[in-house]
Amino acid sequence: MREGIRRLGVEAVVLVAATVIFLIPFALMLLTAVKDQTQAVDLDFAWPTSWPVVENFMAVVEARDYVLLRAYVNSTVITVASVTLLVIFAAMAAFVLQRRPGRVARAADFLVLSGLIIPPAVVPTIWLLQALGLFKTLPGMILAEVAFHLSFAMLLFRAFVAAIPRELDEAAQIDGCTGFRLFFRVIFPLLRPVTITVILVSSVNIFNDFVNPLYLLPGDENATVQVTLYNFQSQYNTQWNLLFMDIVLITIPPLLLFVFFNRKIVAGMTAGAIKG
Amino acid sequence: MTGQAARRRSAYPYALYLPAAVVFLVIFLVPTVMAFYFALTRWTLFDSTFVGLDNFRDFLAEQNLRVGFVNTLVYAVLTSGLKVVLGLLLGVLLTSKLRLRGFLRSVVFFPTLVSTVAVGITFSMLLKPQTGLVNQALALVGIDGRDWLGDAATALLSVALVDVWKGVGLATVIYIAGIMSIPTEFYQAVAVDGGSAWHRFRHITLPLSWPATYSVIILSFIGGLRSFDLIWTMTRGGPGFTSDTIASIIYKQYQAGFFGLSTAGNVLLFLIVTAIAVPLNHYLGKRQVAM
Repeated sequence: MREGIRRLGVEAVVLVAATVIFLIPFALMLLTAVKDQTQAVDLDFAWPTSWPVVENFMAVVEARDYVLLRAYVNSTVITVASVTLLVIFAAMAAFVLQRRPGRVARAADFLVLSGLIIPPAVVPTIWLLQALGLFKTLPGMILAEVAFHLSFAMLLFRAFVAAIPRELDEAAQIDGCTGFRLFFRVIFPLLRPVTITVILVSSVNIFNDFVNPLYLLPGDENATVQVTLYNFQSQYNTQWNLLFMDIVLITIPPLLLFVFFNRKIVAGMTAGAIKG
Repeated sequence: MTGQAARRRSAYPYALYLPAAVVFLVIFLVPTVMAFYFALTRWTLFDSTFVGLDNFRDFLAEQNLRVGFVNTLVYAVLTSGLKVVLGLLLGVLLTSKLRLRGFLRSVVFFPTLVSTVAVGITFSMLLKPQTGLVNQALALVGIDGRDWLGDAATALLSVALVDVWKGVGLATVIYIAGIMSIPTEFYQAVAVDGGSAWHRFRHITLPLSWPATYSVIILSFIGGLRSFDLIWTMTRGGPGFTSDTIASIIYKQYQAGFFGLSTAGNVLLFLIVTAIAVPLNHYLGKRQVAM
């Protein structure tokens, strides 16, 4: 009985501590986002006296000639395009890497590892994209995101390909299905679970990326949501309500993914970490 | 044998590597290799003059730049150390028979998915000297808070703690996966011997979750060495240059138009990351085999 009460006490303490430490910042975000400007200055947990939710929302959306909307479009285009390419390229490469051991596979392994460890050389990347005519363009940004996330995606795909029996390949080969056809017709559909994981994890990472757009996509017309948010920080340094409304709007997409695919995301991130 | 090799060649053509290889080689590897040349030049993107090791000398000689090395190492050691300790504790806690376990796991993990810029801005607000919630809470218990981000003594440490807040969720789920994969027979054996909870932790959970520890250390150490976003949104390396890391110096030099110097910073970061990550990986990997 006493044991039970002590347990309950411990659980209560843990719950309160975790809530305070991890949820209070989010509560502050939400609460400040719906206050008016005068009350938002206090940055406290006072209940809003007025609820200018729509006004704050419109003010943030209309700011700087609808830069947030453009940023949302850009970020979406970058995320969708780079994740699509990433999934196809990484799955193909991981398949041949796992199935055909040898000198080439060892070299590929080494490159995957170096891609995980080496920090990208940013200014030379700018120089290269400039030479290709891709600097400050969405295609350039997309290719860069693909290159920087390939290693992680290949790790996940390779581990999953290893679990697909080779007999399946052989059966398909007897039917004359080899190479690209074997991959796209037989293997790729079987990779569905890990494909979903890769899509989720890399979408979140690419959508939240700040450093690479900062270097590779300067200027307002190509702004991504993270860079826009960063710029809003100095623009709204007295209007905390609008700043936090912006933060809330930008946090919604990953929040939605988290609500629907919590388990998948956690599994993907841990698998990537442990196999890395 | 040759027949099998031939079949393998036709079934798994190297052409499958092609798209990934082209993107990776062109966009990632070429700049990485070229960095070693550009780091030795005075460079404006359009033309470059060879200046030998001048950029590296500047990096190591100037106080404002040198401080970045120390800060980068302090930041990486501090964040990865705390993520290991707190991640392990939370991992043990969240694998025990706790009500609301699922809820708590979500709560701890969610910050991992929020953008670093958003986290940085929110915590800058929480840490404001007068109105910030942190200092108001400290005032309640009679502690006089300070200007955490504006004070050279606490700026880097404050950012590192926020980094831990954001990243400990990933460490925790890695530990949860590690702890859950420990066979229950081990715990049953301890229970038969009448071992305490501490005994159970010390002799089973701790040693057998070693692979998780290894992942958390490697992952957060490399991440810590490269970290930029959080520092840039919270302090921009300030006050002065006191919370600059190598990555923030790289950006500052790039903004100032010193592309060669910036790239030299990149090469130094590359050397430090490999000099630490490769032996660390080797050493920790060996311990894993020895287990």
